[in-house]
Amino acid sequence: MLDPLPWLILLPLLWATLAFVRGPGRGGRLAMAGLLLQLALAGGLAGQVAGEGARVYAVGGWGAPLGIDLAVDGLSAVMLLLAQAVALPLAVYARAYYAAHDDGARYFWPLTGTLLAAMNALFLAADVFNLYVTLELLGLAAVGLVASSGGAGPVTAALRYLLATLLGSGAYLFGVALLYGAYGSVSLTELAPLLGADAPLAVFLAAALMLLGLMLKTALFPFHFWLPPAHGGAPAPVSALLSALVVKASFYLILRLWLDLFAPLTSVAAAQFLGLLGAAAILWGSLMALAQTRLKMLVAYSTVAQIGYLFLLFPLATHTGALAASGALQGGVMQALSHGLAKAAMFTAAGTVILSLGRDDIARLGGVSSRLPLTLFTFALAGVTLLGLPPSGGFTAKWLLMSSALHSGQWGWVAVMILGGLLATAYVFKVLRQAFLPVEAGTKFKPVPRMLEWPAFLLALASLLLGLRAGEVLSLLGAG
Amino acid sequence: MSAGLLYALAGAALFALGVAGLILRAHPLRKILAFNVMGSGAFLVLVGLGQRDGTADPVPQAMVLTGIVVAIAATALALALARRLLEHGNEREETDA
Amino acid sequence: MTFNETLPLLVLASSLIPGLIIFTLPEDRHGLRGAFNLGGAVLKLLFIAVMLWGVLGGESYEFRLGVLPGLDLVFRADALALLFVTLSAVLWLLTTTYAIGYLEGSPHRSRFFGFFSLCVTATVGVAMAGNLFTFFVFYELLTLSTYPLVVHRGTPAALRAGGVYLAYTLTGGAVLLAGVVWLYGLLGQVEFTQGGVASALGPEYAGQLQLIFILLIAGMGVKAALVPLHGWLPRAMVAPAPVSALLHAVAVVKAGAFGIVRVVYEVFGVEFAQSLSLLAPLAVVAAITILWGSLRALYQDDLKRRLAYSTISQVSYIVLGVAMFGPVGTIGGIVHLVHQGIMKITLFFCAGNYAETLGIHKIGDMDGVGRRMPWTTVAFSIAAFGMIGLPPLAGFVSKWYLGLGALEAGMPWALAVLVASSLLNAAYFLPMLYRAWFKPRIGAWPEEHIPVTKGRETSRLLLYPPLITAAATLLAGLLAASFLSPLDWAKLVAAREYPHWVP
Repeated sequence: MLDPLPWLILLPLLWATLAFVRGPGRGGRLAMAGLLLQLALAGGLAGQVAGEGARVYAVGGWGAPLGIDLAVDGLSAVMLLLAQAVALPLAVYARAYYAAHDDGARYFWPLTGTLLAAMNALFLAADVFNLYVTLELLGLAAVGLVASSGGAGPVTAALRYLLATLLGSGAYLFGVALLYGAYGSVSLTELAPLLGADAPLAVFLAAALMLLGLMLKTALFPFHFWLPPAHGGAPAPVSALLSALVVKASFYLILRLWLDLFAPLTSVAAAQFLGLLGAAAILWGSLMALAQTRLKMLVAYSTVAQIGYLFLLFPLATHTGALAASGALQGGVMQALSHGLAKAAMFTAAGTVILSLGRDDIARLGGVSSRLPLTLFTFALAGVTLLGLPPSGGFTAKWLLMSSALHSGQWGWVAVMILGGLLATAYVFKVLRQAFLPVEAGTKFKPVPRMLEWPAFLLALASLLLGLRAGEVLSLLGAG
Repeated sequence: MSAGLLYALAGAALFALGVAGLILRAHPLRKILAFNVMGSGAFLVLVGLGQRDGTADPVPQAMVLTGIVVAIAATALALALARRLLEHGNEREETDA
Repeated sequence: MTFNETLPLLVLASSLIPGLIIFTLPEDRHGLRGAFNLGGAVLKLLFIAVMLWGVLGGESYEFRLGVLPGLDLVFRADALALLFVTLSAVLWLLTTTYAIGYLEGSPHRSRFFGFFSLCVTATVGVAMAGNLFTFFVFYELLTLSTYPLVVHRGTPAALRAGGVYLAYTLTGGAVLLAGVVWLYGLLGQVEFTQGGVASALGPEYAGQLQLIFILLIAGMGVKAALVPLHGWLPRAMVAPAPVSALLHAVAVVKAGAFGIVRVVYEVFGVEFAQSLSLLAPLAVVAAITILWGSLRALYQDDLKRRLAYSTISQVSYIVLGVAMFGPVGTIGGIVHLVHQGIMKITLFFCAGNYAETLGIHKIGDMDGVGRRMPWTTVAFSIAAFGMIGLPPLAGFVSKWYLGLGALEAGMPWALAVLVASSLLNAAYFLPMLYRAWFKPRIGAWPEEHIPVTKGRETSRLLLYPPLITAAATLLAGLLAASFLSPLDWAKLVAAREYPHWVP
């Protein structure tokens, strides 16, 4: 049988290359076949990790320090599963989308394949330098996708995004250099025992630079400036891919560094600071979402807000009891998963509405409820996850985070989460209520193919049902 | 002060210069150049600090090589985008005129 | 999975699955949609009948699904659950029949009936929830599935009302969530248990538990429309009449009141709640709500709004009964859960009939309607007399037990509240009846949609449901002492909450 570890990286590279060779806009079917296989591999890998625990794979049999190691544990298995599970329906959607709307289809498949290869490699990388390389590749592919539809707006957004992401990874690389200078190694497993609270100042500087760089890439408030134009201006399948997955990749890395490598260096004050930034992101992102007049910009600002929830886990998991810490980690990961599924659903649903109506104006969505009921239902279901209402995955995440906040006696974060949920209600229903209005005179709804509506619906359904199957996900997370 | 540390300090200075340029300069071309200065600074630190007892360590050299490749790719992409942007700007000026 | 585990799921599925199918039906498939609606409603009643039979025979029905470690979704059919489940299922059947007649020819019926079925599913889930977490899940689902019904007409007024509705109920839900999470943090799984579970915590937790109680009651009080959390209810009356009838008179407000019953009796335990001195403030809030609702009702000229304020007042009878420490008050509160439901739904059905048949929305337009629509007005009168509390109607039974309970609990002031409220009830219902029966009609009806055919005042589907519920109002009062009457069942519930008390 194939070992899933290298193939999760090679397969998307393979279909990306083939799609490139076949010419502009081609290769969608190939991508779907590849993604199906990837999903199966990720599922198989999750089963292995759940059964046998974490493991390491030496590429080409070389092994560190000369060769490159790949490593998988519960957290990376969960993230891999999320990436493939979101990408497959998105691929189906993208094929239908570009068939109906040719804008920017030229290099979608090769870039998407590269992006997924880089992301899977990031989830599997075992040393801080390879993490840098995968991070950079991921960023470059994402920038290419943002720019793919041409036009002054998207290109400006792409350039801004590129410079932000380069600055972020530059800071990260500088940190890696300092770490290597201090310890002569880049392997996560070799570095971890060497780091202690008595580490030299250079190592603290390294940790701060690496985390700052990653926060910029994750678009945590106040580093979110690049996200809304990039995510809101790209074609719908690209927005979905970026909002659902790409920001999660750098978040995954922050989590990994904070909890494993830099755990001895972390302090309560730093964790509270991260939490405060998260809270600010929730409030600012939600308010900005509420102020938007364009549908996709609203969804993009909601991503800024939802990223904030992810960072609430740091004050809850740092130097608190074991119970609170494990609950916080579970809640944060659950939030990453359910937001990934729900945001992909929401962006694709928004894309379908825009394709059918030919405009992006929230105030003029009348009739969507009767003409595109399935798409509106998708939007609403995804909204339920974002609001954190039961039985969605977003609710489970909120429940876990709130319980953890109570166990560690940190009341303030509960209030933030409740307020965030209510603000999310306001911006989700801002869209839904318009959709219930009667059709505006002179509006024509272009009929949309089923393959646009169903993949989005399945994603939204998955985000909802995730709440009921959370036990399995969390036991996989705990494995290894 | 060893030569390695000297390189590293120079690298840190370059990195800081690059970051400042990337943030403060408005023109895209200057930003792209600043990014390259910043990257070179990081590489210099990596190689400089990587020396042990005066002998060069091959691992950071290999990493820097990889890093340079990535930086070139990023620069090429940034230049392509900047050119597109410039073309769009020209088009707009022409239509305005 | 055994039959006893499956049955609660079947009760849920019998409205969930028809609802989901109805969403996909084309607008013009009236027959098929009606078949799914009524078939589901009848099937649900059958399942419930089996459960009632089983519970009487000592069977227990429980389904449990682990969501997270230490967090289960539990459905359990105990005596209290069955009381509410039966009420909502019977009224669902009647309201569906009514709604099919009411919405004849109006657009978006598949959407309407789809969400209507989802609402009933959520209500039944609230009723059968076996722990606080499950209750919360379905409580929020109820909010979400009622929103599309409130804004169903798509008018600006409806959208505004929908916004207000959401703002109230979701804020309430958030407050409730905070309380639920806090309690779970202290206790682990909070199962609904006779006698309560919170007393297991030591006295050092008293302060925290009082705060949690306030959070839970405030969260549920929004749906139960306790003053000052009642603002959404009169506004939500822009919804079509069947929605006001089933949801706002029965399902939604009852879900709140029912939750308060569960929290007082089965989370805190009535004795423990009394020892934390939580019951007296709750009784005061309920009393204020009763009087305020009745007073405001006096000043409404819109028929449905007057009924809405009357609902605010009447639902708090339940809360007042719960807050009285003693079994007799408990019986009064719980039996009013059923009695208020059948009486208020009758009133709303009749109000809908007046509007749909003759275009009457204002009380000022009701002159002489008794002669034009005698059967509807008879039903309206029975329900109104019931609300006032005249013997031998259902409302009298409730008020009798509540009054006795007030004396038993040593709260004579509550008796005064009941008397004052009954006088106010009379003051806002009797003028309507006087207009309807005794004032002659001058001029034409505002908008006559349905002419008299073959001596029938309105269409069959609109006429029979209120007649049936009016008859039920009469019978629930007349036969209160007989086996399986609502009162009999309420006594069974109360006997289980006060194990040392013999009726």
